[in-house]
Amino acid sequence: MTPSMGFLSEDGAIVPAASFAALLERQGMAPTWDIPSGAIDVPEATTVLALRWAEGVLMAGDRRATAGNVIAHRRVKKVYPADDRSAVAISGSAGMALELTKLFQTELEHYEKIEDTRLSLEGKANYLARMVRSNLPLAFQGLVVVPLFCGFDEREGTGKLYSYDVVGGRYEEQDYATTGSGGSEARAFLKSAWSEDLDKRGAVRLAVEALVAAAEEDSATGGPDPRRGIYPNVVTVTSDGYHEIPDTEIAPVAAEVMEARP
Amino acid sequence: MTAPFYVPPEQLIKDRAEFARKGIQRGRPIAVVEYDGGILLMGENPSRSLHKIGEVYDRVAFAGVGRYNEFEMLRVAGIRYADVKGYAYARADVTGKGLANAYSQTLGQIFTHEVKPYEVEVLVAELGDGADDNHLYHVRFDGTLRDEPGFATLGGEEERLREEIGAVHRPDLPLEEAISITKAAIESVTESEIPADGWEAGVLDRTLERRTFRRLDSADLNPET
Repeated sequence: MTPSMGFLSEDGAIVPAASFAALLERQGMAPTWDIPSGAIDVPEATTVLALRWAEGVLMAGDRRATAGNVIAHRRVKKVYPADDRSAVAISGSAGMALELTKLFQTELEHYEKIEDTRLSLEGKANYLARMVRSNLPLAFQGLVVVPLFCGFDEREGTGKLYSYDVVGGRYEEQDYATTGSGGSEARAFLKSAWSEDLDKRGAVRLAVEALVAAAEEDSATGGPDPRRGIYPNVVTVTSDGYHEIPDTEIAPVAAEVMEARP
Repeated sequence: MTAPFYVPPEQLIKDRAEFARKGIQRGRPIAVVEYDGGILLMGENPSRSLHKIGEVYDRVAFAGVGRYNEFEMLRVAGIRYADVKGYAYARADVTGKGLANAYSQTLGQIFTHEVKPYEVEVLVAELGDGADDNHLYHVRFDGTLRDEPGFATLGGEEERLREEIGAVHRPDLPLEEAISITKAAIESVTESEIPADGWEAGVLDRTLERRTFRRLDSADLNPET
């Protein structure tokens, strides 16, 4: 007989690594958004990108969130650590995307502590696909969440990139990936300027350039704003782990890039 | 029909306690020792993968002795408890005290209500900002809960191990010294020489940010090699 306490598993059933999300569901704490039909204006986060460079991967995002044609937030952070060896960037409905990011982070940490090993990079990417897919009903009401995911694959010793679509389709990308309203502009820039074996400096500059190019064409993407001290978030993931590049290092790169724009 | 034999409640509790204590005494001991930069959890464990010591949350670690399946269940339940709490509120709201109380309630309930009491003892270590803010919550098979100052021992030969460590322990020991006194004390009470790779140890390390738990590998444990 199973001991009767809310603290241990209620039914005593053995399931393969009961996930954190399942745990929340059992306690009625899973995040849900039940929205009657009809569009509402919620803040949307836009352009994020990821690219591969010599030592791993890099991810960057602008800082703007818009609601309709209003700038809702100027300093939104769109790039987050998923765990110590991977990063996730969000675009789409900001509030939902932030909650899903938190859930994803907790899920990875939960797995790591219970199993005493990190999920494989592919395992993490697949799990994120499942989270996006479970969000599909809301996508029909205009609340879309489309992330980018990248990380360092410890088994193969390389950086990898994954992009997603609304239905949870997961695509492994070779060299670079973008998403969000300015994504196509940023992708066009990366297509012309990306090269094999970029060093860190080159990769950071390329990412900032692509975001500046996107901000020039897309009103929902915010460019660097030196007057307010707002700069894109840029992070790297290498064999040493996740690393955020501070604004003080991005500022001179942004100034240089904006100076050089035609 | 025969009436069941009357067993006085004192006898019942005594028998259960004796049963649990016997199971725990068979297990190898674990020592949890504060050092100048955090808290060391260490014990003999020939297995590389079946751990007795583990991370629960940013500043909380777990150690268990006795029956593996029973304390493993408690470890997993503790991680679930901490992760749900940290997700619902904030990471800073997950404390060792809340978890120790949950363990205490659970073990107390099992001790009096279940057919067989758990043959385990667990320890919840919580790292504070300074040595005075550390907590070592020791939970016994019957749910008894104590916050032990400085260091704690659990499992077989627990009493003798406490005396051995108590004689030499100071809270401002550096980590290497904390490891060596713990090693010596455990080897002395178990009257055995434990091979270099026969140890399991982890620390809550105050120099780390956010998740402060890390496992020590054999290079950390045997600095001379």
